[in-house]
Amino acid sequence: MGRPISKEHEIAARRLNANTLLALILGLPILAGIAGIILPAFGYMPALGGVRFTLRHFAELAGQPHILRSSLTGLAVGLATTCGAVAIVGTFLAGFAGTPIFSRVQHLVSPLLAVPHAAAAFALAFLVAPSGFLLRLVSPELTGFLRPPQWLLPNDPLALSMVAGLITKEVPFLFLIALAALPQLPLRQSRQLTAALGYGRLSGFLVSLWPALYRQIRLAVFAVLVYSVSVVDVAIILGPQLPATLPMRIAQWTADHELRARFLASAAALLQLGVVLAAVLIWLLIERLARLALAWLTYSGRRLRNDAVPRFISAFAITACAALIFLGIAVLGAWSVAGLWPFPRALPAELTLQTWLRTLSPLWPALLVTMALALLSAALALLCAILLLHRNGAADRGGDRPHHRLLYLPLLLPEISFVFGLQILIVSAGLKPAFWSVLAVHFLFVLPYVLLSLAAPWRELDPRFERVAAGLGKSQRQILLSVRLPLLSRACLTAFAVGFSVSISLYLPTLLIGAGRLTTIATEAVALSSGGDRRVIGVYALVQASLPFLAFLIASLAPQLLFRNRRAMRT
Amino acid sequence: MIGRTRKIIMAAMLALGLAGEASAADAGNWGAVVAEAKGQTVYFNAWGGSENINAYIRWAGGEVKSRYGVDVVHVKLDDTAKAVATVVAEKAAGKSDGGAVDLVWINGENFAAMKREGLLFGPDWATKLPNWRYVDHETKPTVLKDFTIPTEGLESPWGGAKLVFFHDSARTAKAELPDSAAELLNWAEANPGRFSYPQPPDFTGTSFLKQVLIALIGDKAKLQKPVDEATFATDAAPLFAYLDKLTPLLWRQGKAYPQNYPDMKQKLADGELDIIFAFNPAEASSAIANGELPQTVRSFVFSGGTLGNTHFLAIPYNATAKAGALVLADFLLSPEAQLRKQDPRIWGDPTVLALAKLSAEDRSAFENLDLGIATLKPDELGPALDEPHPDWMTRIEAEWIRRYGAAN
Repeated sequence: MGRPISKEHEIAARRLNANTLLALILGLPILAGIAGIILPAFGYMPALGGVRFTLRHFAELAGQPHILRSSLTGLAVGLATTCGAVAIVGTFLAGFAGTPIFSRVQHLVSPLLAVPHAAAAFALAFLVAPSGFLLRLVSPELTGFLRPPQWLLPNDPLALSMVAGLITKEVPFLFLIALAALPQLPLRQSRQLTAALGYGRLSGFLVSLWPALYRQIRLAVFAVLVYSVSVVDVAIILGPQLPATLPMRIAQWTADHELRARFLASAAALLQLGVVLAAVLIWLLIERLARLALAWLTYSGRRLRNDAVPRFISAFAITACAALIFLGIAVLGAWSVAGLWPFPRALPAELTLQTWLRTLSPLWPALLVTMALALLSAALALLCAILLLHRNGAADRGGDRPHHRLLYLPLLLPEISFVFGLQILIVSAGLKPAFWSVLAVHFLFVLPYVLLSLAAPWRELDPRFERVAAGLGKSQRQILLSVRLPLLSRACLTAFAVGFSVSISLYLPTLLIGAGRLTTIATEAVALSSGGDRRVIGVYALVQASLPFLAFLIASLAPQLLFRNRRAMRT
Repeated sequence: MIGRTRKIIMAAMLALGLAGEASAADAGNWGAVVAEAKGQTVYFNAWGGSENINAYIRWAGGEVKSRYGVDVVHVKLDDTAKAVATVVAEKAAGKSDGGAVDLVWINGENFAAMKREGLLFGPDWATKLPNWRYVDHETKPTVLKDFTIPTEGLESPWGGAKLVFFHDSARTAKAELPDSAAELLNWAEANPGRFSYPQPPDFTGTSFLKQVLIALIGDKAKLQKPVDEATFATDAAPLFAYLDKLTPLLWRQGKAYPQNYPDMKQKLADGELDIIFAFNPAEASSAIANGELPQTVRSFVFSGGTLGNTHFLAIPYNATAKAGALVLADFLLSPEAQLRKQDPRIWGDPTVLALAKLSAEDRSAFENLDLGIATLKPDELGPALDEPHPDWMTRIEAEWIRRYGAAN
């Protein structure tokens, strides 16, 4: 009797080891990337003559002008963005999930995830700037402006335009993650129950489904929080400049001609880590308060049937996000074919294909590399995520183990210093900058997002399906392939599309690890965007946005085709 | 026995050492360089923010491929410091050959930093290039001194640059234009919100600060030396007094700044700015040709002179394709490549060659270039002011950020 049990234990142990090993292989470069900033932050970087550990660079950092204000602005932007995005998505889901409006908005919003942050930020800037499209539309007829007014917009000191730009991008992200989790919830039943009890749509959803839904999107919410606290490209385009947010200043220091500024940059990257930590702690506090409020609402028994106004506002906000980005992209498109287009003309004075013709031929090779990187890294990441979740699920149904949390670290570190640390590692390993090393780094950045969007639906899948299959004598692998994966195909496709679009928009990792030898649409776009020509930005933003757009289109349409005979699978 | 072993090891080391010497490209032995370069791929790290410059580099790459069998890959940077960062990271990892950067477009503080950290291929290769004989190093001192730092042949000149202002003659009459830093301040008082400069540490923005510093500093000789910390506050006082007055008159009252000079170009077209500037005298003409600026834009300079400098090509110490990089640098210095570069329809970047040293045919080709409607003739460009020591740039940038970095 004893033997088979110990054998079982052995198998379980081996399985656990494989799991740990996998997480280690993936986690090690991330740890090295962190070491790559921690060591220089404390003064250790032999190449620049730093061989002794010191706290000098932190003192230097503290002496930087306006460093506190820079840190706080970033923190506030992150919290405001996350609050705004969660509130909009939450209210909209509560108000409309299961209605016809919902599926219409769903198809409107999903493609937005495809638009790279920088492109969306440019789109917004092209719209709202004093010389932007919106003011051109009404000038000079309504405003009397023959020349753009001196409004400080974008780049306003309160960072409102930056928060707006981030919210328009984070709402689709959270919305899509929530969408992937939604089929696991008893939506119709809860709706019927709460309606029968006399609850309004919002309050009914909040007391019955929101806690379970929030649990599923929680990691994505933290990713949004960390991302918007540490974002660089959107901050450059829309954020306050005097002083800039901390991540933007780190980016400037890492690119400083004074090479010793890299010590300072590393110290600042650690500070940024602290800011991120503070943001997370504050968010935990907000979560606790929200839970108390929800508990109060539940126990008070209030039905809150008059919720038309907040519902309308959430629907308006989510449509406005879509409208702003679509209109902005249309304006980007108009600029890409514009000749001279002076203020206050609402349309270009002349149209020309010159920009496209000039840009397309050098764009082809970059497009191929971009596609190859995105397809491979997303596919690998999806495979790896399935493997990890499957093995983890077999070993411990309790959810995320500590070493899995390691994978989320790339989302918790400012990209710029983390990648600088990785670059040192890859070069010292004697690896040539090549397609494969860039692919490996893309994979590192893509995997967390894929895992993020897949983990929650994976865990929340009703276990009875698999129990039934196991009861019918199916093996673990058969259950995975013929029960779990088909049931989760929408979630898998969404995760793949998320990974694909993350890869498409990766700039710094591609540039630094590829030593600039691998050109992608993202590196080309950012290099050209530093030239500020709206026409060329228009071309690249359109190309960059159209790639993931295709992926999301497939992710949202394929289930409709695959399951045209299975109604419950299509929602 | 032991002695013999030692001798063998010595011989082997010598042989290895010699082998190392032989593979390191020596510009003095040009035939060997060209032979070695054949089949190499040169990763040329250059700012990629301007499509006409990118097109020019593509052309040069094609020519070098067909003539010398050297492949050229343009690594498009948004900031040259990124290439420096790559070399630093490689040095940190002990990678002293097989580096990722073969040739880099560089000048000023990036060059100073790479030279100081010993990150450059040397000794003197630039003056041994075959086309060096055409270079005007007699009347263009900036060819040998990059922001007062002696180049010592560690970088090869590629093009000249001069600070030139642009305005739209349809909006701003020629008679109103300022002719000095002081007049510019008066003009800004009369036209608030219509002038600005790219936010330092942007290269062009800092150059504007240097232009004002040169005009206002008491003792100009000080600028040729590193900053004297003891007197810096007094030396820079006139500059910051000037900026204190100018800032509230800037675009957005100095609460935001343009990102870089192409951004200013866009803002001139939008009507947000009335006077802008760039480091390329042909910038306006090529922008008109591209439909970025209206036909009515014209150039002007200060009669007292504007900042002038030279930009260069350098090879990192650990470059993989040194021979190929030498061949490309030499080709870019050839009269043919320099002529094409100066054509405003292509790029419009002034040559570093002395017309007097060229063949009659090449000379007349240069003289017959149509520089474009908005470009000043060489004799209208006014005197060139020398770049200060890079130290000044660093200090002024830091001081600028301290004073104006939190305008909101």
